[in-house]
Amino acid sequence: MNTETIQVGALESEAIYILREVVAQFEKPVLLFSGGKDSITLVRLAQKAFYPAKIPFPLLHIDTGHNFPETIEFRDRLVEELGVELLVRQVQDNIDAGKVKEETGKYASRNMLQTETLLDAIEEFGFDACIGGARRDEEKARAKERIFSVRDDFGQWDEKNQRPELFDMLNGRIDLGQNVRVFPISNWTELDVWSYIQQEQIQIPSIYFAHKRATFIRDGLIWSANDEVVYREEQEEVQERWVRFRTVGDMSCTAAVLSDAIDIDTVVDEIRESTISERGARIDDKRSEAAMEKRKQQGYF
Amino acid sequence: MNVVKIATAGSVDDGKSTLIGRILYDTKSLTQDKLEAIREKSRQRGFDYLDFSLATDGLVAEREQGITIDVAHIYFSTPKTSFIIADTPGHIEYTRNMVTGASNSQTSIILVDARNGVVEQTYRHFFINNLLRVKDVIIAVNKMDLVNFSEEKFNQIKGEIAYLAKKSDYQNQHITFIPLSALKGDNVVKPSENTPWYTGETLLSYLENLGDKEEQEELQARFPVQTVIRPKTEEYHDFRGYAGKLYGGDLAVGDVVTVLPSATKSTIKSIQFFDKEYTRAKRGSSVNITLEDDVNVSRGDMLVKTGEEPAVVKQLEATICWMDKTPLQASQKYYIKHGVNDAQAKITELKTVVHTDFSGVQKDPSQLSLNEIGEIRLKVSKPLCVDSYKENKANGAFIIINPKTNTTSGVGFIK
Repeated sequence: MNTETIQVGALESEAIYILREVVAQFEKPVLLFSGGKDSITLVRLAQKAFYPAKIPFPLLHIDTGHNFPETIEFRDRLVEELGVELLVRQVQDNIDAGKVKEETGKYASRNMLQTETLLDAIEEFGFDACIGGARRDEEKARAKERIFSVRDDFGQWDEKNQRPELFDMLNGRIDLGQNVRVFPISNWTELDVWSYIQQEQIQIPSIYFAHKRATFIRDGLIWSANDEVVYREEQEEVQERWVRFRTVGDMSCTAAVLSDAIDIDTVVDEIRESTISERGARIDDKRSEAAMEKRKQQGYF
Repeated sequence: MNVVKIATAGSVDDGKSTLIGRILYDTKSLTQDKLEAIREKSRQRGFDYLDFSLATDGLVAEREQGITIDVAHIYFSTPKTSFIIADTPGHIEYTRNMVTGASNSQTSIILVDARNGVVEQTYRHFFINNLLRVKDVIIAVNKMDLVNFSEEKFNQIKGEIAYLAKKSDYQNQHITFIPLSALKGDNVVKPSENTPWYTGETLLSYLENLGDKEEQEELQARFPVQTVIRPKTEEYHDFRGYAGKLYGGDLAVGDVVTVLPSATKSTIKSIQFFDKEYTRAKRGSSVNITLEDDVNVSRGDMLVKTGEEPAVVKQLEATICWMDKTPLQASQKYYIKHGVNDAQAKITELKTVVHTDFSGVQKDPSQLSLNEIGEIRLKVSKPLCVDSYKENKANGAFIIINPKTNTTSGVGFIK
């Protein structure tokens, strides 16, 4: 036995408390898993919250079909190791069925299309709580998000009529058909997540670390040229560069950053020094000043 | 690293957003891309300065109207301390939003416009910070540049607040006064040459130092059980762990504990966190506890040290802040959520409505409306294990939920 006294870090303790409230208050929770660092952190927190029992809810991946292959590989290995259930729903299925229309052209992205597939999956499985890794420091609309955020049966966020959240009492009462989006790491910053990954020695997909990649530059951002899903015009010149990804979204809208950070320690140092925000490399947020808010009103995470 | 949670309060145009923007800017917390976006937007709007409120007002309607509608959380850090600011709007539904912001903060910044001095809103802000027993309150006297950095004006405001503070029943509250200009940056992050008469700290340095003297009051251990962990696997066949977050005090292996409300006694067998066992858990920790005896414990029960039991009650007296457009009705049934525990509740008496300007109370009111504060009695459908809010904040507060709309309608502070 360890003879030490334990004081769990405030952010970690809060996140674990929230995850336990979800399991206690809801019938059918699910953890939305993208394979990115935030959802990987959530998985570790869920492990801790219910140990020695297994994580008592499945993971759901809304697959845009435009994933970095490293992420999918990583996802499958993690699920196998933990023995949790993984559900996958494909955006492609909705495109094939003509339910949503794929964007075309220079800025085409499947990011928006995820919403429809997510809402379908929520209805299909009857999920009443969807746990996600969004953080309030990411974006100004997310700064307004509650930890338990009620969505109506269209998945809509009513940002002007949110329930107050007092102390740490979380009100999860909803009507049938509604669901709650739950954000256990709301109060973490990007640096907090990276420091936690470092402290816990959590495995993450290799694209987060610097590697040589065929890339091209558009609008001042660095794009992966290996992959067909990223639109490239002929005159856009492909060059090998040392890059890494700071966020892992849909490949078509996630740009890389120049980096020589090859392990978690150097990544943490790099984030600490960075003068560009994490979402600075997400083209979908730059469509308009209210891009994120509008997507959230429609049911996006 | 220390995390300091701060709530801001101020009236319309007192410059809250500007102050936060200034802190972010001067601590170099705004990244280049965000700063560029603010610069561009400010220019588009024809401002000849950087409109920092653009950094914090996250909703379309807020930017359209140039006001803050809902609480935003803003994060920044210095090499010494991490900060979370709950930026609460001063305009609409102020009491509700202020209570929300202050409930999760150990420090409040109340902005006062140096030109206007202490106004009715300031009373309200100060009152709420008293009610919630926020330990450190900073009175930020802003726009000092518009009163020629007058020491006299500053001292006048100081005097008025000190007079209010005397009426408060929370005498341990620590009140600090800082003269500043958020727009120009005086005494926010950098000491100002314009206030040679002010010898105190800058706002940021005061906040940084708060992290060091985080409240260390001795509280009794309160461990509400959130959920029972039963793996039912071969290896952990008979395992029953009680998962929860320890409010106050500490708990150690070997401590004799009472399970409330049943009052069954047992001894702590183990304290676990993930794959390790510990001998002692400290306040604030989300851990897993097992007991020596096979006692009946379920969600909502509370483990406490034997001899340090809180009151187990079915009737309560409380101060309540109403947050719902539908007024509180004494005849209506509500849900009460006390920590992780739920029960049905009935307000048996609305005794008084309290005026937030320290002017007194109204006896025997007929109802309590949105943003009003009152004294109530209520009865609950099952026993709750409570402390008074004065004794233990975490175990002395509750929320009221409207069963028709499921919304959080009020927050109560147990007497």
